[in-house]
Amino acid sequence: MKYMLLIYHDEPSWNAVPEAERQQIYGEYRNLRTDLQEKGQYVTGSQLQPISTATSVRVRDGKELITDGPFAETHEQLGGYFLIEAKNLDEATAIAARIPSARTGTIEVRPLVETAAEATA
Amino acid sequence: MSQARETLEKVFREEHGRIVATLIRILGSFDLAEEALQDAFTSAASKWEQEGTPSNPGAWLTTVAHHKVVDAIRRDKTRNEKQEEVAFESTRLQPFTETELREETHEYPDDRLRLIFTCCHPSLVREAQVALTLRTLGGLTTTEIAHAFLVPEATLAQRLVRAKQKIRLAGIPYEVPSLEVIGDRLAAVRAVIYLIFNEGYAASAGQSLIRNDLCAEAIRLGRVLCELLPNEPENMGLLALMLLQDSRREARVNEEGELVTLEEQDRSRWDAAEIAEGMRLVQAALSLRRVGNYQLQAAIAAVHAEAKHADETDWRQIVALYGELLRITSSPVVALNHAAAVAMSEGPEQGLRLLEAAGGSGDALQNYYLFHASRADLLRRLNRLDEAATAYTTALSLTTNLVEQNYIRRRLEELKRKQ
Repeated sequence: MKYMLLIYHDEPSWNAVPEAERQQIYGEYRNLRTDLQEKGQYVTGSQLQPISTATSVRVRDGKELITDGPFAETHEQLGGYFLIEAKNLDEATAIAARIPSARTGTIEVRPLVETAAEATA
Repeated sequence: MSQARETLEKVFREEHGRIVATLIRILGSFDLAEEALQDAFTSAASKWEQEGTPSNPGAWLTTVAHHKVVDAIRRDKTRNEKQEEVAFESTRLQPFTETELREETHEYPDDRLRLIFTCCHPSLVREAQVALTLRTLGGLTTTEIAHAFLVPEATLAQRLVRAKQKIRLAGIPYEVPSLEVIGDRLAAVRAVIYLIFNEGYAASAGQSLIRNDLCAEAIRLGRVLCELLPNEPENMGLLALMLLQDSRREARVNEEGELVTLEEQDRSRWDAAEIAEGMRLVQAALSLRRVGNYQLQAAIAAVHAEAKHADETDWRQIVALYGELLRITSSPVVALNHAAAVAMSEGPEQGLRLLEAAGGSGDALQNYYLFHASRADLLRRLNRLDEAATAYTTALSLTTNLVEQNYIRRRLEELKRKQ
């Protein structure tokens, strides 16, 4: 099954992390990605630019509305994601627990809808 | 009710968990497994009525359930897009005979173990874990569970549907968890079973203090857990604790349905068989030298059970056990019980001091009726009657259980006569 691991963290505290420590965390991310790639479990993933760069788009009555900011102001912000392949939820949560930001933020684990048949079954 | 029908219902209840667990493994679906078993039950009802009860009713039900599965899959085959998968399932299911089935069950004694871990998976909310465990492992009907937990049947049914949907869509595994996480998962399983027991033992709302069928079901699940994972001392501790608490059931409520405190209970009405079994289990568990929460609670219950009269209770031992329990759990409720035990062992003054210290450490206890009821009891014993009355009144405002409310009201009336 494919799982999206959504990485939520507190942006201000992430910005306050000293450079050396930040580099070390990036290193951990690279190691995790390499490990997943070797096991054939890595599909894709990326860090996201901060929410100050976010734009929201809505179409209402055929009219496009473009506004500044993220979808919702939350305590923790979406800062990145991994799309992985895992046997089941336990395997997915075990991978999520290895994401460095799990130690300070929250990883939301969401299964992907794989086929139309399964979604409506 | 005819004899065949009676046997059938008994077997259905007893074998439900085992059969459904195996069917889920084979079918990979909770719903299909339940449907197949329900069909088998209906077949059995008419067949047993006519031909008498088979020699091994459990295996009979399993076999018929498997056949129903094969039939259902064949029926669905034309409609189903995943033909190859279905073909695989059919061949997989085809060769089962009664003997093979028994061997199959024997070969995989842990199907119920998979089921228990899936039902109590941490990604399901506690209410869903409880409902799913009672429904699948316990074989209780949706109506029965809804009544036991005083929720509308539709709510309960919806809860089950959502839980099963999550298991399927989120890929919650149907397997015994890996060694790294099994400890935590097992703790969650025990918590679910004990919650079922407590819901039965001290119903949190409503007229009746004890809903016996939930207690019996929790004890049965506790036995299954001990059977599946022997030599796990906390499992034995949990079963022992439930048995020892359940042994006091008859004495705990009087003819008027009023709560009788441990001190005032007629101990001749305690269930000797349950006490004996509980004591044996506590000893066996403690001898494994991996002490834990449930074992300590069970040991405390065992000390109470050993005393023929309330005034023979070894309070010093109970204080020591609560001390140990407090060290490993640091729970405010344990602190409360520790204080109450100290009051019995060293006097109400010392007890009250500890109790008020525990109550001052956070507001968890301030909203707990037993904290105020215990404090009121100690104040009463210290002859501080006005303060006792105030504390009883606070306690009264914090419980919705009628039996508990009546108990506090009686104490308040006694106080008024003394004042």
